[in-house]
Amino acid sequence: MATRFTVKGLRASIEGKEILKGIDIDIRGGEIHAIMGPNGTGKSTLASALMGHPKYEVTEGEVLLDGENLLEMEVDERARAGLFLAMQYPSEITGVTNADFLRSAINARRGEGNEISLIKFIRQLEAKMKELEMNPEFAHRYLNEGFSGGEKKRNEILQMMMLEPKIVILDEVDSGLDIDALKIVASGVNSMRSEDRGFLIITHYQRLLNYIKPDFVHVMMQGRIVKSGGPELAERLEAEGYDWIKEELGIVDETVGQA
Amino acid sequence: MSTQLNAPVSRENIEALSQGRGEPGWLTDIRKEAAALAGTLEWPRPEKMRIDRWKLTAFGVDRHPELAGDLSQLPEEIRASLPQDAANLVVQRNSGAAYRNLAEEWKAKGVIFTDLETAVREHGDLVKKHLFSVVKADEDKLTALHAALWNGGVFVYVPKNVEVEVPLQAVLYLDDAEAAFAPHVLIVADANSRVSYVDRVLASGAGRSAVAVHHAVVEVVAGPGALVRFASIHHLPESVTDLSIRRATLANDARIEWIIGDLNNGNTLSVTKSDLKGNGSTSDSKLITIGTQSQNMSITTHAVHYGLSSESEMETRAVMRDSATAIINGVTKIEKGATKANGHQTERVLMLSPKARGDANPILLIDEDDVKADHAASVGRVNEEQLYYLMSRGIDREVAERLIIRGFLEPIVSEVPIEAVREELERMIEGKLNA
Ligand SMILES: Nc1ncnc2c1ncn2[C@@H]1O[C@H](COP(=O)(O)OP(=O)(O)OP(=O)(O)O)[C@@H](O)[C@H]1O
Ligand SMILES: [Mg+2]
Repeated sequence: MATRFTVKGLRASIEGKEILKGIDIDIRGGEIHAIMGPNGTGKSTLASALMGHPKYEVTEGEVLLDGENLLEMEVDERARAGLFLAMQYPSEITGVTNADFLRSAINARRGEGNEISLIKFIRQLEAKMKELEMNPEFAHRYLNEGFSGGEKKRNEILQMMMLEPKIVILDEVDSGLDIDALKIVASGVNSMRSEDRGFLIITHYQRLLNYIKPDFVHVMMQGRIVKSGGPELAERLEAEGYDWIKEELGIVDETVGQA
Repeated sequence: MSTQLNAPVSRENIEALSQGRGEPGWLTDIRKEAAALAGTLEWPRPEKMRIDRWKLTAFGVDRHPELAGDLSQLPEEIRASLPQDAANLVVQRNSGAAYRNLAEEWKAKGVIFTDLETAVREHGDLVKKHLFSVVKADEDKLTALHAALWNGGVFVYVPKNVEVEVPLQAVLYLDDAEAAFAPHVLIVADANSRVSYVDRVLASGAGRSAVAVHHAVVEVVAGPGALVRFASIHHLPESVTDLSIRRATLANDARIEWIIGDLNNGNTLSVTKSDLKGNGSTSDSKLITIGTQSQNMSITTHAVHYGLSSESEMETRAVMRDSATAIINGVTKIEKGATKANGHQTERVLMLSPKARGDANPILLIDEDDVKADHAASVGRVNEEQLYYLMSRGIDREVAERLIIRGFLEPIVSEVPIEAVREELERMIEGKLNA
């Protein structure tokens, strides 16, 4: 069955404050969707709510991945169902090496009795790290600890490549990347494009979208998607900013939850 | 018949015991004097923990084992914890040495590594010079009792400029429920020498259900420029009380590295101290502990700076489960005149149960102006953000929590110098986390 990811009327709050005010997105396998929008408009909140971050309370709506209701699942179950979120601010975890962590994650997916062999795992890991031009020593460093901003982003992409999810959400994976790293990360993402994998890419900049061509671009303001279009929408935003959209829609303050 | 700890240990008993072992007069005198002191001195009073209310009566009776020619003569159960090559190893079983070995290579260089009772006979002058020079018999009831009653033990001597490249290992274990178990470890590292010593304190067989007190003192004398790395893992059962005092005295430019795993299941008093006497001397202590069931622990690391530009690092990490209590003290003391001294300490406690108690007490006592000293202490639960991050990769909550807890201890576990010991430590940690 072709991958299908559907978000319908999603509303979510944090500490009683509503941030997402009804989000609809429909992603099919093979498609790349981009979400753009000014700071504080709810983009990361959307990503976190979809992944199931415990701080966000979903109050309404539906999220289906291949017909399964993600909202009824724990965070780890959502991941095993095929959802992946490259986070804007990945956690640092002392004492857990990158390699041990990744192997646990892969094995969690494969299930007991079907664990990946160490040799096979190492071979895969080395190959993907090479593709991302990561120093092999990063496999043995503690997870994200002391990684630079760019190294953390690359490490998120490494995880995506190792875990082969169905739906990938990238939250500002381009922030903090130099231009070479941006190209490497983009080519990592592009190498993962396939008919049964969908992408939702949150970004502020057209430059990422020059490397990863989106099929759809959505603009988020006030916790809603206020405009959708094709790649040309991102180009216009890059050239003209957001004011024209605000004018068009009569929006004065585009942020959400700044009560 | 077990010796009553709260009652004074009788001088006559002690004298008979010492003479029965054929000990020299000077040692018999130390023991007798200490026995008298034990009757008058008080138990140590660590912060917020009344150890005098612990069951401190089961001193046990003298049970000296046969000395084994090779390890196959020891019970199978303990052999799993012993190194395969049986080299550079001292084993204490109950009240005395059961095995000792030092490779010829090191003997030829003048290194001594044997049980302390043997060292008293064979290297009397050397032992006499240093025994109870670091930890004094008259400090409190505990040190006095120990001075009167110690048995077996370990002696390490490394001559000037000798670098012992292999770790020296000791396994000290109890497998007789009645036995007195009171090892004394004395390490003397002469100028510019280097040595790593790794021991484990365990119970096996009948020792697992013994109602006993293990009291132990470690003394380290590090000469000018000497480097001593001391790693010790204690894993005694619930019914055994562990009272362990470790102390090093450091000459100019000497260095001690303590790596301590307090993984007992019973009540534990653990005090690890460095006296930084020499200029430029340095001390690094790393300690982990896991509190389970209803055990009480008082865990102290302590650095006292006397020397100019002396430096100390202390890091303690504790995981607390069930209704266990741990009072974790870190004491950095800088004496007047210890200019440019630098002391840094961290205590971190990970709480896994609302009924557990983990207090971190950083204490800085500074009597000199021109110094640096700081501390960091934290008590917290498993971090929700970290848990979320791991789970977002498909790892279930339980496994994710376990990864975070193991990771919390890992920076210290990874310092243990022998791989097999490190692996055993990991198994003990797993055992305590699963219990
Ligand atoms: N944990 C939180 N506690 C309180 N408020 C929060 C929390 N998380 C998000 N918010 C609020 O929700 C609103 C949306 O935040 P969100 O992080 O989703 O914005 P964003 O669109 O991703 O912004 P940026 O482009 O800066 O990353 C902001 O006003 C933010 O302060
Ligand atoms: Mg964001």
